[in-house]
Amino acid sequence: MTAVAGRRAGATWVRFGLLVFFVLIVLIPIYVLLATSFKPLTEADPGQAWNLPRTWTTEAWRVAWEKLAPGLWNSVLLAVPGSLLSCALGSMNGYVLSKWRFPGADVLFTLFLFGMFIPYQGVMIPLVQLLVGLNELTGLQGVFYGGIPGLVLAHVVYGIPICTLIFRNYYVTIPDELIEASRVDGAGMLRAYWSVVLPVSGPAIAVVIIWQFTSLWNDFLFAVFLTGPTSWPTTVMLNNIAGAQATPYSQQMAAAILASIPTMLIYVLLGRFFMRGLMAGALKG
Amino acid sequence: MRRARTWLPGLLLVTPSIILIGVFVYGMLGWNVRLAMTDKHDEVSEGEFVGLQNFVDIWDQPRWHLSVNHAIVFTVVFVLGALLLGWLLAFLMEKGIKGEGTFRAIYLFPMAISFVATGIVWRWLMNSGTEERAVGLNRLFDWIGLPQWQWFRDPDWGMAAMALPAIWQMSGYVMALFLAGFRGVPEELREAARVDGCNEWGVYRYVVLPLLRPVTLSALIILGHISLKVFDLIVAVSGKQIITDVPAVFMWVAVFDSHDPAKGATIASYIVVSVAIFVIPYLIWSVRKERRS
Repeated sequence: MTAVAGRRAGATWVRFGLLVFFVLIVLIPIYVLLATSFKPLTEADPGQAWNLPRTWTTEAWRVAWEKLAPGLWNSVLLAVPGSLLSCALGSMNGYVLSKWRFPGADVLFTLFLFGMFIPYQGVMIPLVQLLVGLNELTGLQGVFYGGIPGLVLAHVVYGIPICTLIFRNYYVTIPDELIEASRVDGAGMLRAYWSVVLPVSGPAIAVVIIWQFTSLWNDFLFAVFLTGPTSWPTTVMLNNIAGAQATPYSQQMAAAILASIPTMLIYVLLGRFFMRGLMAGALKG
Repeated sequence: MRRARTWLPGLLLVTPSIILIGVFVYGMLGWNVRLAMTDKHDEVSEGEFVGLQNFVDIWDQPRWHLSVNHAIVFTVVFVLGALLLGWLLAFLMEKGIKGEGTFRAIYLFPMAISFVATGIVWRWLMNSGTEERAVGLNRLFDWIGLPQWQWFRDPDWGMAAMALPAIWQMSGYVMALFLAGFRGVPEELREAARVDGCNEWGVYRYVVLPLLRPVTLSALIILGHISLKVFDLIVAVSGKQIITDVPAVFMWVAVFDSHDPAKGATIASYIVVSVAIFVIPYLIWSVRKERRS
């Protein structure tokens, strides 16, 4: 019995050791980002590549911030309204598809879900043409194509499937009797939504907002096709900064960290909900 | 069937979304295929219908062959790598371990970072400089006596190296999926197998593994569809270099550098088809499964 227990304890230590080993591997790029970003240019030679900075300086951070700030602001203008709009649409769709189902709702839901998996390359050229057309139609140059509103529109539309999915799966768990009861009291569909469903939607709203905010903030593909120099969000600016030959590594790394701070903060503070969003995207879709 | 009065308001409420999805997803997919079937090879021409001509012609281009091969190598290495590593991490934690919450949080957190930021740090790590000029992993390998590599600049194995950052970013996600899968196996089932004389390996092989199949399938689909359309990471690590070209980058070049909408649309159609082939059956399967339960 003690031999078995001993083997168990040994196995636990092996498991623990392996897990720690993988933690170190995962953290290597983080070490590189931080250590390099605080290095002065004088310590940029390859021989010191893995060393901690001998003199710590925030110079690279300052320059990176100056270069990246417009992009960060554009990303805020993109991600905040974008995730709120997605949330509103997803909530209404999820409510109907779980509680006010109409004939063919299942088929419709499946058709929605496919929208979650399409490679956006497949709609990109027509989307560009449509947004260019909207610019011409409205006479608003640089609004739909080449502007933040067009990018928000794209993200909100292509975010409908995942947001609908998360809300639907959440609302399914609300007992039908609650809706029935409010109907007996004479409430219509919207009244029941407002007074019964919305007040308990908190967790789903948090999941959707976090999910959408992260995807919008981190998106590069739509941004690169749909925006121009004045409306470039963080990812595009970051890629431009890092892609320029003259940018020292310290600035590249500082810019990469700056660009990741909002989503990392969300992850650290609201990791619980972040996780649920990930699982919703996986297990059901 | 219930009376229309009861379901009509619901239908009305989702109508805006139905129209948006109809136009922006299905309409534009169709529009894109339509464009791919024309000879609109510059911005101004009208584009005559040429059928599947572009879909055939593109196979004459060496760059297309290269990008397809690259995508296949990347997909195989990335999907298998992330699946195995994610499974291993979940397996190590499955029975509960001290500090599990911390481990999980650390493994998962690369998910919160954009592929562009990941690409920047991995471009440094996978710098192909050797000897005196070595930085990144080559410098580290030099110290511990491992050979130095060309990484993503290697003509044969470059795309396998390119899969490393993607594995770094996604294996925590796979771990979370598998961990949920492991925890979903009822303890009674394992106990019953033990009573029937199964050893721990047998329990794992005949009870746990079969029950993990749906999770494995989900993970495969997620990783596969990320992989086939990979774009951000490649651009951030190596830009538009032919040596790491994939269809999504080739399409970008076709649209913005070659100004050839028909060619761009053709490549895009191929990307959609490569994803749809396995996603559509999967979606139908999972919706049916949900309805049965």
